[in-house]
Amino acid sequence: MPTMNMIQALNSALDVMLTKDPNVLTFGEDVGYFGGVFRVTDGLQKKHGLTRCFDTPIGEAGIVATAIGMGAYGLRPVVEIQFADYIYPAYDQIVSEAARLRYRSAGDFTAPLVIRTPYGGGIFGGQTHSQSPEALFTHVAGLKTVIPSTPYDAKGLLISAIEDDDPVLFLEPKRIYNGPFDGYHDRPVSPWNKFAASDVPEGHYTVPLGKAAVVREGSDVTVLAYGTMVHVALASVADSGLDGEVIDLRTLVPLDIETIVTSVKKTGRCVIVHEATHTSGFGAELSATVQENCFHNLEAPIERVTGWDTPYPHAFEWQYFPGPGRVIEALKRAMEG
Amino acid sequence: MKNRARLSLRVPAPPTRPGDAPDFSGVKLSGAGDVERPDIDASPRDMSELAFKLIRVLDDKGQALGAWNPKLDPETLRRALRHMLLTRAYDDRMYRAQRQGKTSFYMKCTGEEAVAIAAAYAMDRDDMCFPSYRQQGLLIARGYPLVQMMNQVYSNARDPLKGRQLPIMYSSKEHGFFTISGNLGTQFPQAVGWAMASAYKGDDRIAASWVGDGTTAEGDFHHACNFASVYRAPVILNVVNNQWAISSFAGIAGGNESTFASRGIGYGLPALRVDGNDFLAVYAATQWAAERARSNLGATLIEHYTYRAEGHSTSDDPSRYRPSDDAKAWPLGDPIERLKVHLIAIGEWSEDQQQAAHAEAVEQVKVANKEAEAVGTLGHGELPSIKTMFEDVFKDMPEHLRRQRQQMGV
Repeated sequence: MPTMNMIQALNSALDVMLTKDPNVLTFGEDVGYFGGVFRVTDGLQKKHGLTRCFDTPIGEAGIVATAIGMGAYGLRPVVEIQFADYIYPAYDQIVSEAARLRYRSAGDFTAPLVIRTPYGGGIFGGQTHSQSPEALFTHVAGLKTVIPSTPYDAKGLLISAIEDDDPVLFLEPKRIYNGPFDGYHDRPVSPWNKFAASDVPEGHYTVPLGKAAVVREGSDVTVLAYGTMVHVALASVADSGLDGEVIDLRTLVPLDIETIVTSVKKTGRCVIVHEATHTSGFGAELSATVQENCFHNLEAPIERVTGWDTPYPHAFEWQYFPGPGRVIEALKRAMEG
Repeated sequence: MKNRARLSLRVPAPPTRPGDAPDFSGVKLSGAGDVERPDIDASPRDMSELAFKLIRVLDDKGQALGAWNPKLDPETLRRALRHMLLTRAYDDRMYRAQRQGKTSFYMKCTGEEAVAIAAAYAMDRDDMCFPSYRQQGLLIARGYPLVQMMNQVYSNARDPLKGRQLPIMYSSKEHGFFTISGNLGTQFPQAVGWAMASAYKGDDRIAASWVGDGTTAEGDFHHACNFASVYRAPVILNVVNNQWAISSFAGIAGGNESTFASRGIGYGLPALRVDGNDFLAVYAATQWAAERARSNLGATLIEHYTYRAEGHSTSDDPSRYRPSDDAKAWPLGDPIERLKVHLIAIGEWSEDQQQAAHAEAVEQVKVANKEAEAVGTLGHGELPSIKTMFEDVFKDMPEHLRRQRQQMGV
């Protein structure tokens, strides 16, 4: 089985789907000839042709709007927004249009499109290349939000997203494109090929949307995470000496509530970690969900470890990023409560 | 302060306000038949002057003149006239229904009937329309049942959209009528995407979309023009310049600085400016653009110069911001009256026939309305099943929506 990093796995997913389904096409800024600024579409134009993988004007609303029109026609467009930080010009088209076509037309029109976009911090990208805007989209009825944390999942989830008949926002944690960054920024990151999750089949396979993965079983405390923070959570649990159960949510909407509830009922404690800002972050939704479903099983207050409520600061990346130090403290607090 | 002239901020204002006599002296019209008709493969640069003229076929006496005369047979013209009469009768009845409290909201297209109906006639039946909220004429011309439209307006048990949409936000894939948004201009670049998909698949269908003068100020207008130009999308981009965006005159959208058609020039799009109250001119311009698109020569921007004869919607009172007799003074007249005069002038119609056709349209609307009202009107009679409220958010209902439906107790 070939070894792939996350970029190669995503590229492979697109390649598989472009080969399998003539209705699939992909486009975005610098996506065509050059293959994308992160190389996710590298070689696809050469292999599949100019009309199946192409460059667009710098106009995110136009990119998403044309994809919606194509979806209404019957195609399955996969568009790239170069950085999640640049998705806001397309917000109206995503929220008011893509997410609502099926509902407002009573199923007459649908927009089966995938919006891929690299997100998250840890790359010294400053406020315009580091944001985690997932909660702005999980709040929207009719939109699915997916975030992989390994090459294997990235490919399987992206294929599922492309084959899904609803619009899917596919957020790619760019800090872990090349290796599973665990939050210890002063240590070298091992490349993906040192990890089993880089064993990625060449052909078609899927990882289902809406299913979380228990990536480490444990009995002391449940840790809910997604994207880069899955790896930070795993390292934090290991270094805390606690027997933590780490759940990689993989899909935020629809959320796998059952896996979360089963785990928290078992451990009685819950720590939620994400990079995004604290207030109204997705952690608030997770915390409320756990409380609604597990109140009588909770032994301690639910902990949230998140980015601070400031814009992403360039020089203070590691003070802002919710690294293992803060996660371990939260784990300990959760055990004390 | 340095010794320089002081700057001043200009805010445009219309020439007249309530209490003033209507004044359209600033409206510059080309004569009927005066504007040249380029070949469909003409270079946009060579035809840029058309963005500042006004394509007109019908003169004041009802004669069809010039190169743009589409020379339609009288039977087609009579059918089109009946569709315009039906649209107006439908609007009048639904407006009244709103005033009677039978629905929450309505929007008429009075004075703009030719814009939608001539386009429906000039396009193929399976071409795809991405309308704004004032092109109900497209549905009527394509034979969508009136009673279905009314069921939607009444949000009753037979509303094809299951009571989810504001009245008049119709949708019918079968009739090539894209679901109306309400957010302005979003459909413009979507139509471009649909057209790109048609070209991508080697199909022969084209798309068309409509926005108002006010909506040209939205970013989506720019995206549509730019993407349509870059990818040479087979799409007709229509700007219905009806002079008013609720209470803001077209000058607020930039209409005083240059024509809306001229926006196309910067994108390298052919741009036509058409008398929107002249059925034959709208038909001819749409046909030109459709033929060009179908020949793989790309998009055309058409400005339809017309007048919104009534309020923006039932929630609007135009007498508060413009002279109350403005519509009557509009120099391009009424599209139904003008097509009628033409048919009479060529000996193919009479006042008696017109009156009979009008009565027939009113009767057709009455019969359909009786049927729709028997099912229910907003808040009275049979509603769509409340269970359907949670359907179609996603293709398959996820667990959290299933739970919420249970919580609601249905």
